[in-house]
Amino acid sequence: MTPMFAGLLGRFTLDALPHDLVTAFGALTIVGAGVGALALITITHRWKWLWKEWITTVDPKRIGLMYVIISLLMLLRGASDALLMRAQQALSAGDAAGIVDANHFQQIFSAHGTIMIFFVAMGLLFGLINLIMPLQIGSRDVAFPVLNAASFWLFFGGMALVNLSLVVGEFSAAGWLAYPPLSELQFSPGTGVDYWIWSLQISGIGSLLSAINFVTTILTMRAPGMTLMKMPMFVWTVLGSMLMVAFAFPILTATLTMLALDRTMGMHFFTAAAGGNPMMYVNLIWAWGHPEVYILILPAFGIYSEVVATFARKRLFGYVSMVWATMAIVLLSFIVWLHHFFTMGAGADVNAFFGIMTMIIAIPTGVKIFNWLFTMYRGRIKFATPMLWFMGFVAIFTIGGMAGVLMAIPPVDFQLHNSLFLVAHFHMMIVGGVVFGFFAGLTYWFPKIFGFKLNERLGRYAFSCWFGGFLLAFVPLHILGLMGATRRLDHYDASLGWQQLFIVAGVGVLLIGLGVVFQVLQLVVSILQRDKNRDLTGDPWNGRTLEWSTTSPAPSYNFATIPVVADRDAFWVRKHQRSAQPAPEYEAIIVPRNTSVGLVIGLLAFGFGFAVIWHMWLLAVACLIGLVVTIIMRAQNDNTERTLSAATIAKFEARTSEVTA
Amino acid sequence: MSAIAERAAGAQRTVLGFWIYLMTDCVLFATLFATYAVQRNSTNGGPGGAALFDLPYVLVETMLLLTSSFTCGLAVIALQRRNKQLLLRMLAVTFVLGLAFVGLEFNEFRYLVTEGNDWQRSGFLSAYFTLVATHGLHICVGLLWALVLGVQIWRRGLGGNTVKRMTLFSMFWHFLDVVWIFIFSVVYLWSGRL
Amino acid sequence: MAHVKKRIIRRRNFILAATIVGIVVFGVVARYLYVTPIAVLQPAGPIAAGQRELMVVASVLMLLIVVPVFTLAGVFAWRYRESNKKARYAPNWDHNRAFEVIWWFVPSALIAVLAVMTWHGTYAYDPYKPLLSNQKQITIQAVALDWRWLFIYPEQKVASINYVRMPVNTPIKFEVTSDAPMNSFWIPQLGGQVYAMPGMGTQLHLMANEQGDFYGSSANISGKGFAGMNFVAAATPRYSFDAWVADAQTKSPLTLEQYAEVAAPTTDRRVYTYSAPAAGLYDTIISKYMTDHTNMEQTE
Repeated sequence: MTPMFAGLLGRFTLDALPHDLVTAFGALTIVGAGVGALALITITHRWKWLWKEWITTVDPKRIGLMYVIISLLMLLRGASDALLMRAQQALSAGDAAGIVDANHFQQIFSAHGTIMIFFVAMGLLFGLINLIMPLQIGSRDVAFPVLNAASFWLFFGGMALVNLSLVVGEFSAAGWLAYPPLSELQFSPGTGVDYWIWSLQISGIGSLLSAINFVTTILTMRAPGMTLMKMPMFVWTVLGSMLMVAFAFPILTATLTMLALDRTMGMHFFTAAAGGNPMMYVNLIWAWGHPEVYILILPAFGIYSEVVATFARKRLFGYVSMVWATMAIVLLSFIVWLHHFFTMGAGADVNAFFGIMTMIIAIPTGVKIFNWLFTMYRGRIKFATPMLWFMGFVAIFTIGGMAGVLMAIPPVDFQLHNSLFLVAHFHMMIVGGVVFGFFAGLTYWFPKIFGFKLNERLGRYAFSCWFGGFLLAFVPLHILGLMGATRRLDHYDASLGWQQLFIVAGVGVLLIGLGVVFQVLQLVVSILQRDKNRDLTGDPWNGRTLEWSTTSPAPSYNFATIPVVADRDAFWVRKHQRSAQPAPEYEAIIVPRNTSVGLVIGLLAFGFGFAVIWHMWLLAVACLIGLVVTIIMRAQNDNTERTLSAATIAKFEARTSEVTA
Repeated sequence: MSAIAERAAGAQRTVLGFWIYLMTDCVLFATLFATYAVQRNSTNGGPGGAALFDLPYVLVETMLLLTSSFTCGLAVIALQRRNKQLLLRMLAVTFVLGLAFVGLEFNEFRYLVTEGNDWQRSGFLSAYFTLVATHGLHICVGLLWALVLGVQIWRRGLGGNTVKRMTLFSMFWHFLDVVWIFIFSVVYLWSGRL
Repeated sequence: MAHVKKRIIRRRNFILAATIVGIVVFGVVARYLYVTPIAVLQPAGPIAAGQRELMVVASVLMLLIVVPVFTLAGVFAWRYRESNKKARYAPNWDHNRAFEVIWWFVPSALIAVLAVMTWHGTYAYDPYKPLLSNQKQITIQAVALDWRWLFIYPEQKVASINYVRMPVNTPIKFEVTSDAPMNSFWIPQLGGQVYAMPGMGTQLHLMANEQGDFYGSSANISGKGFAGMNFVAAATPRYSFDAWVADAQTKSPLTLEQYAEVAAPTTDRRVYTYSAPAAGLYDTIISKYMTDHTNMEQTE
């Protein structure tokens, strides 16, 4: 191959296409889904609509919805991975081979963790923030709308890379955090770890840009009268979480870059020899990784605060305490990272310090739980689906928290580290805490986003299956861990007696799968029944915060007139005031124009990642130049805004009040 | 809110957002510094900083960059006085000084590589090249920024967007200067002595 | 009237059925747990026993918080459900300093107690701390390979793969390293694990108080064959240990060339025994990765 040709095709060969049954099936599903979506859009002549209303949008509500849709699709993929894993472990006792080979199994669990954290949890997080936070602070938009769009398309680019690994090449088999030296060239020479690096790097930069965006928004764009201590609790937790993103994600960016440099330029940051230091990677990746899990859980806590107060029909108990607890968690989460590797041999003093620090985080977390419980106290609680998710959270998260404090004791951790007990613990926290919280948020805010309520009964069935299935799937894992079962095993000796528990766990995951089926059913049925369940008032739950003061769905400009806020629970206070609202005076609103800049940045970043993975250096350079040119061209564009005249606003408002009247 | 007030508020938001970005960049550099500190003696049997670093040469680089920060400050003063010609001249000097800095740094790297002390030789050299080159790449981005912005100011004059962008640029440039002070101290002085 | 009675009968039948099913399930689970070994809860050595004790005490202490949380959650959810018109409704009651003090202070006190336990326990069960005993300590060097464990006995001058025998009631100092990616050396019934890393030496001091064959594994993924990295840690009477050593000394030697073959990637899990490991083999393996100024010895 001439150098030119090599530069074009890099190390890409036909070998990269799938060549066994399971991967081929996965690849076909992805390709089929993609082709199917494109075909559907073409047949229904929706390209222009899609381009104008969604692809080039800078409306955070639209961007948020796109995040949510992608994340839920990725949840299906992550859940399929989980089903495969449970099936393998339930079947592969003794000499039985299970359904996949070892290398494949290792790719599956690496993909499972990576997808669930980065493309489901983070995606739902940014989705909900985009959808709800500007409404809750009485703002029309976020601080940097085009940056917001770019963040989404970078997220999309990362997601595309992860899914592409199913079709060409392979995925990482080194776990969701890819410890070296296993993730270095010597032990992982293929494209797997590179796919992992670049999908995280690209979506990670998107996350960082979002953090800058949301922190600026919350600090500068609140409605007049909304001091920090009058913000809804969800906004506080988003602020805390985004501050953490701003401080933690650059560590990930730098660390991924160093691993990439080791793999593409022969450097020695983390190699076993030549002066590399794998322990440094472990420290750095967890210095990011621990804040990351709090980044996920804090907004879920914020959602619970909203849900409990709304459905108990009572003010949130101990607001000030909750704010302090949130900020305490933000700070403390940066000084506990070593508890992820007590067993790396740091010595008793270091281990003891980090163990004690880790336990201290349990205190503000416990405070939050008590505050929620006492919000329920002397309330009048309606157990709609969001409230059910909260109750499930209390049960599961408390048990998981207990397990966590146990493992914060270094000698105990020595016996539980990297066992299935650990796996059970973090699933209890992430599923019971984060996922349940996002489900609560999605079911709670669904009417606001779409304009009609979800079918309650199917929601209850879904919750029951999730809750029961989750316990059935993960309680046995605690026992397996205590039996000495390590995580990530693709087979084990039959004589150990572990298979029965793996089978029970497998049944649990099937039950969760049934829960997912109910959720899909709920969506379909609710769409079919939408006229019956229309939300005509914009306030289907008798809500307390400003997002419920708009129509459902909210108009593109959110508020025709920016509300003036006097107290916490601003909307509740306004509803219960006797004073008549003066007739609104409409002013012209300046809104940002739609733009394809975000999409182009996402595509070029995807192209760059793909090119580096396959060593197609020419393409990589071209994409980089393209990114620079795009940004420079955007800077030349002075016509980035348009005006909605007061008359236009008045017409919109009149039309919607006709509908609600 | 009137259009002018909205624009001013928007500019303030952009400045705040850019500050937050600079703080994230700070954390990025801090990570690279921490890695360098851990690997500063991992020379794989090869030469360390004391053997490789030419402190007088680096002093010249430092003076170039510091001076460019000074001229950038002069450019901002010209901006505040809405003196377009002076601004463009100071920006051009800043650009030239920055370009000279990059040239010298490139030369330093070229010398190391041709002597066989490239980034593949040891953990120490990997950390050194990555930290210093990351700063150098940021400088290159700044140079490109100065060029594009200079052309924009020259053709469109000092309006809303260009004023805002000049402010951001100067923040960026001064930030990189501060990072260089740390590189000078932690990498060259510290490793050069030990 | 009749339909109310039917409902009561149906409810009674449901509770009866649920109770029977519950008892059966409980019985099955209890029997299963009784017959299946739960290694971490069935220690055979003082370290594992101490670790279990910490676990149990900490769990019991935490129940002091967890039980009230579950109780309050259940009681409040039931009592304040909207269909219960008898319950008081205080929609604006959102603050009570006494309550807040209690739930900031009581968990803090609990954590303080746990912190003291943690401090003492971490030092007491530090893997680098030699165990006190009137028996002389034996050093065994464990090397993680792709994908099996090599055990070198520098004092007895024998070596084995995927099998380590030790005399009971004798302190063992495991020196652990890797000639492969990061692994983790773990024998749950004897005590917790320590990472095995190339170019670095960690330590784990353990002792077996009971005779038996204990399950050992690698607890950190190191590649394709990682799941097969189990070994047997056998604690036997002293004479049995000596006999095994004597027998091993008749096997072929583990020269450097032989070691290179042994270290090559393989999923062969069978037990092999060797005599005469090359002098300083363990240190040689570590220094393969170490270079100037990177002294990574983890000794305390």
